[in-house]
Amino acid sequence: MIRALALVGMLLAWAAVTYGNRAVEVTSPALLPTPGEVAAVAVSLARDGSLGRDLLVSSGRIVAGFGLAAVAALVLGLAVALYAPARLAVEPMIEFVRPIPPLAFLPMFLVWFGLGETSKVAFIAYTTFFPMFVGITASLLRVDVMLLRAAASLGATRRDLLRRVALPAALPGIVVALRLGFGLAIFVIVGAEFMGADAGVGNLIMEGRTFFNPAQIVTGALLLGILGSLANALLVAVERRTLTWRALR
Amino acid sequence: MSATGIAGPGSARVQLEGLYKSFSVDGRSLPALIDVSLEVQAGELLCLLGPSGCGKSTLLNIVAGFLLPTRGRALVDGAPITGPGPERGVVFQEYVLFPWLTVAQNVEFGPRLKGAPAAQCRQIAARYLEMVGLREHAAKFPVQLSGGMKQRVAIARALANGPSIILMDEPFGALDAQTREVMQEELSRIQRVEHKTIVFVTHSIREAVYLADRVVVLTSSPGRIKEVFTIKLPEARDRFAPEFIRYESEITRLVKVEVARAHE
Repeated sequence: MIRALALVGMLLAWAAVTYGNRAVEVTSPALLPTPGEVAAVAVSLARDGSLGRDLLVSSGRIVAGFGLAAVAALVLGLAVALYAPARLAVEPMIEFVRPIPPLAFLPMFLVWFGLGETSKVAFIAYTTFFPMFVGITASLLRVDVMLLRAAASLGATRRDLLRRVALPAALPGIVVALRLGFGLAIFVIVGAEFMGADAGVGNLIMEGRTFFNPAQIVTGALLLGILGSLANALLVAVERRTLTWRALR
Repeated sequence: MSATGIAGPGSARVQLEGLYKSFSVDGRSLPALIDVSLEVQAGELLCLLGPSGCGKSTLLNIVAGFLLPTRGRALVDGAPITGPGPERGVVFQEYVLFPWLTVAQNVEFGPRLKGAPAAQCRQIAARYLEMVGLREHAAKFPVQLSGGMKQRVAIARALANGPSIILMDEPFGALDAQTREVMQEELSRIQRVEHKTIVFVTHSIREAVYLADRVVVLTSSPGRIKEVFTIKLPEARDRFAPEFIRYESEITRLVKVEVARAHE
């Protein structure tokens, strides 16, 4: 209830500022699109089918890039957590590359993979891999040694320890890492699509800039906000379902 | 020989021969156990008693297979201990239940690892949960239980796996005094049925006298065996019987000396 009211309040504030500005012209009304203008742009984009297409294209890139990175982070995270030499070899490399802002490498991805889908998917995968890898590895390494001892005393083999103890014990941390990665994917898709894309929400925003259409820029931004909230709600629901034992008390 | 001379089916004998264990701390080697030789008979409940830091948990961890001795040998029915194994069940002070599994699934954990069919696992879980009085809590998760209930689940989980030895590391140490006495009575009742080989670590003298066939008193750090008491009391014990109190005060005198030494 409070959440809904807060959202309505935000919308009202936006309307008050933009329609107010139109009345007294503190700045050019073209710079502050009103909710009505944004809605009109959204409706016309939806009518000609480009809104749906942009959303679909962007979501496809997010899912593909995030999916690749998630699988890689899980596999490498497991290898590093289970096998100390792998940790010693992989960690310094990752710690060296990780602090470089991914956007610094974006032009490199375009040089390597061209302007097509591959560069966008690869860029999202590259960006989201690091935080997910770090989170997954940490949650596997943090598994309480007492749980492993308890299971070993009940006859668990190495395989059992991984499958029946380490993975379920680390699952809450793994889910958090995946949620972080997914949020980041939505974050960087725009950057990837700013540079040489022919579709996608980022492209929609860039077009708004090129053709001076602030309402279109805001429309794109709002779409990403909605996409992100929906995805997060979905992941939280999955988390609740798989981790019921944590919610009880 | 256990005090009663009864050994439950499949209960095993533990032999410790000249055990020595040291830990390296800041590059220095600190002894924790010195020359511990001891035999735990099949079906016997043996209490390891001593001041904190005397190495009694270290000793238990060696028998559990979590630690290897620096020197000496630890054997179960003549075979050297090389690591943890299902024939040696462990009950920890902090319960260590699997929080993502229900009470019943925790108890079934061992049988499932062995590949027992689901129906049989359910039966086993039901039987041992009944034994510890938690049958109606089978579907709950550990976070929903009190400390005493969690420890009952841990005991049921250890028993359900059919070990020949149960190692208990201050299992009731985290419980309040009343719950603690109830749990001691339950364990004593269960042991009168099961006659397992149990090694029970505690620093409570009352607890040791209430439960044990024999009490092994360790010296303060580093731990050596100071004295072994055979408790010649009936299986169902009365904490207020004069003989009980006599054992209690006798052991208390001995332990006091050790505690004083630890504080020197």
